[in-house]
Amino acid sequence: MLRARYGAFAATPSAHSAVRIEVELTAPAAGPDDDLQVSFEGGCWMMRRGDFTARWDPVSGRGAVRQAAYPYAIDAVMRIIHSLMLARGGGFLLHSASAVRNGRAVLFSGVSGAGKTTISRLAPPDAILLTDEISYVRGIDGGYRAFGTPFAGELGIAGEDIAAPIGALYFLRKAGRSEVAPVDAPRAAARILRDVLFFARDAALADALFATVCDFLARVPVFELSFEAKPEVWDLVS
Amino acid sequence: MNQGNDKYISRSKSVAARMLGGEMMIMSTWDSTLFSLNQTASVIWKAADGATPLRDIVEREIVANFEVDSETAYRDALELVEELAQHGILKIADEPHR
Repeated sequence: MLRARYGAFAATPSAHSAVRIEVELTAPAAGPDDDLQVSFEGGCWMMRRGDFTARWDPVSGRGAVRQAAYPYAIDAVMRIIHSLMLARGGGFLLHSASAVRNGRAVLFSGVSGAGKTTISRLAPPDAILLTDEISYVRGIDGGYRAFGTPFAGELGIAGEDIAAPIGALYFLRKAGRSEVAPVDAPRAAARILRDVLFFARDAALADALFATVCDFLARVPVFELSFEAKPEVWDLVS
Repeated sequence: MNQGNDKYISRSKSVAARMLGGEMMIMSTWDSTLFSLNQTASVIWKAADGATPLRDIVEREIVANFEVDSETAYRDALELVEELAQHGILKIADEPHR
């Protein structure tokens, strides 16, 4: 099930794996809609939701999940762990589609219904999809790169396991015609923070994440992309 | 300069602050709520050390640098810090922080 879902992202476990999670299957006690709790206890991050409990040691990278036999629980755990790792390491997960075209990555951010999957479906043949749901952003060598993720939205397919420097971030808005307008950094901060995945109520991590987001916005141009669902919208994307 | 019954303001430890695009951005580390402070609010935020009376901050940072009289500036500053305190960005005390 996991290999089918994660495709090329499902690596063979090794002693060198940065994250290694053991999965124990159980019957679900409640549904996935129960409140998620993430806390740091005894040197480990503890994650609890109706359909899983998980523990992860950020030093060793080892952890364990007790969950029902369906993919959404491990998906949530992986998102939480990576959001924690990235917050400490100068990156973040963003609710956004992303694709690589002409060697540069472009991100299309927005909440459910904003058009992430739609813009992904409209992508030209030379665009390589990184994700239609959750983008993986890391600061590297004074710039920011977007990586492909297995976290799929309505498109239902994992992104390509590649990375590219980020050329621009677009906030999506469905409209009757397509146009693009720049967004200044303070306004962009308010919008991007709504779309950044961050689950831990930890002041130090939140401070680090905020520093990363501000640095990202100082380096990456941000636009609002109002778009009509036609392939020509990609002509507006730099 | 402190006239007694003054307020002492300090920055909350539950926020992160950064300058971005010329604006002071304050994020609550509890719920990621974001606030943007204007120039005057930024000046007061930076001076909120918990030890300096608010009236001294207003005289030193606002009245000395902007065309405004002391009482108007203090009244506006008090209103501002009370609003920021309601959002958990600042803390207001009747005594200096020790």
